[in-house]
Amino acid sequence: MKLSRILKTILLIDFLNGLVIAIRESFKSKKTINYPFEKGKVSPRFRGEHALRRYPNGEERCIACKLCEAVCPAQAITIESTEREDGSRKTTRYDIDMLKCIYCGLCEESCPVDAIVQGPNFEFSTETREELYYNKEKLLDNGDRWESLLAANIKADNPYR
Amino acid sequence: MTENLNILITEIYKIFLLLIPILTAVAMIVWLDRRVWAFVQKRKGPNVVGPFGLFQSLADALKYIFKEIIIPASANKIIFILAPIVTMTLALISWAVIPFSEDFVLADINVGILYLFAVSSLGVYGIIMGGWASNSKYPFLGAIRSAAQMVSYEVSIGVIIINVLLCVGSLNLTDIVLAQENLWFIVPLFPMFVIFFISALAETNRPPFDLPEAEAELVAGYQTEYSGMMYAMFWLGEYANILLMCSMGSILFLGGWLSPIDLYPFTLVPAPLWLILKILLLFILFSLVKAIVPRYRYDQLMKLGWKIFLPLSLTWVVLTASYLFYFNLLPVN
Repeated sequence: MKLSRILKTILLIDFLNGLVIAIRESFKSKKTINYPFEKGKVSPRFRGEHALRRYPNGEERCIACKLCEAVCPAQAITIESTEREDGSRKTTRYDIDMLKCIYCGLCEESCPVDAIVQGPNFEFSTETREELYYNKEKLLDNGDRWESLLAANIKADNPYR
Repeated sequence: MTENLNILITEIYKIFLLLIPILTAVAMIVWLDRRVWAFVQKRKGPNVVGPFGLFQSLADALKYIFKEIIIPASANKIIFILAPIVTMTLALISWAVIPFSEDFVLADINVGILYLFAVSSLGVYGIIMGGWASNSKYPFLGAIRSAAQMVSYEVSIGVIIINVLLCVGSLNLTDIVLAQENLWFIVPLFPMFVIFFISALAETNRPPFDLPEAEAELVAGYQTEYSGMMYAMFWLGEYANILLMCSMGSILFLGGWLSPIDLYPFTLVPAPLWLILKILLLFILFSLVKAIVPRYRYDQLMKLGWKIFLPLSLTWVVLTASYLFYFNLLPVN
């Protein structure tokens, strides 16, 4: 061993350097956030909880084309449809099994009318499994609740689609 | 009869007066440890329960109390239950001789430092008992490691204490502190202080010497089979031991309750507060070390203890003794 190396070991130089760095770092700003009270930034492309959107006049966007049902790799989506009096095709049932869903975002990409989207919400844990079998009302309700954010996110992500 | 009862009651009162602040301090110190650790890693640490998260340990204790105590079917029940009790009791009874100021000490015995040393040596029994009585491989390996480690480092701690005793000429902790009125022992015995600090880390199974509970290899070492309040008692004992080592360090080397400068604004601070500040300083150093140093390998640990610390501290004993003898500075009692 070289003398310099021996001196370095005996005088604990590396340890003291580490100590100084540790003390310096501990006064810098923190990288973590107080999670339930403040939340991290979520990308516009974030694939969180699903929502069914409506047109501004209140009409459901979904045209029951079943593309999302077909593309869903986890087969989490179940759709039944019927013809309404005015001749348009609308869903009578739109269920998503959130436990099957793998949050891949293919349903959102396949939708020709931007009806089914995945919003920024990721805090929808429940106490029972049954609560995670989402039906049409729940999804439309989600859409109404998050509409302003959803619209903004779709607009922000539009150039990259 | 009533006189005896009176003495008994005052003694019990005194003990509680000492024990309750110490248990509170242990709870606070756990919070401080986690907080310092988090700060070095640029996290916030526990900050939700109470102001600055100060009551986090209380919340944890509450959780531990309500948890179920699981005793493995193959465990030796009596020893299994006894182990955490032994650990915690031994960690707490050593506080009896720690002097917080010149007249504020529970038991001012003449062999205080020997008592401290003996009790902290006994501490290994709690761990061995816990590891053996669990009747499972990881706790057993952890207990063996911890026994070997504590025995090795106790040797060098003992020799370091001899160094200090040579300069003091008394085993009484109060005398040891009073001998430092002019010059703290950290100045002439600085290398010994460093070795003491590192040995204290090993003695209390703190990182980088936390091999007995090396979670990557041994799950949680001797604590693996423990749960609920029994685990919490191990934990309390461990931190009480760390605090004890810090106070031992500040009494032996940092002048105990003495203020650093014997001048007007410093002498206003009450004596126990100085000791507490010194303990805190040492403890923060303990936490910083935990945050920055990776764990030692077992052979490195043994090598450090037996091949470096022991010869070094022994040499220093000879040096101190010859210096004191040559310059006729040996303390006379």
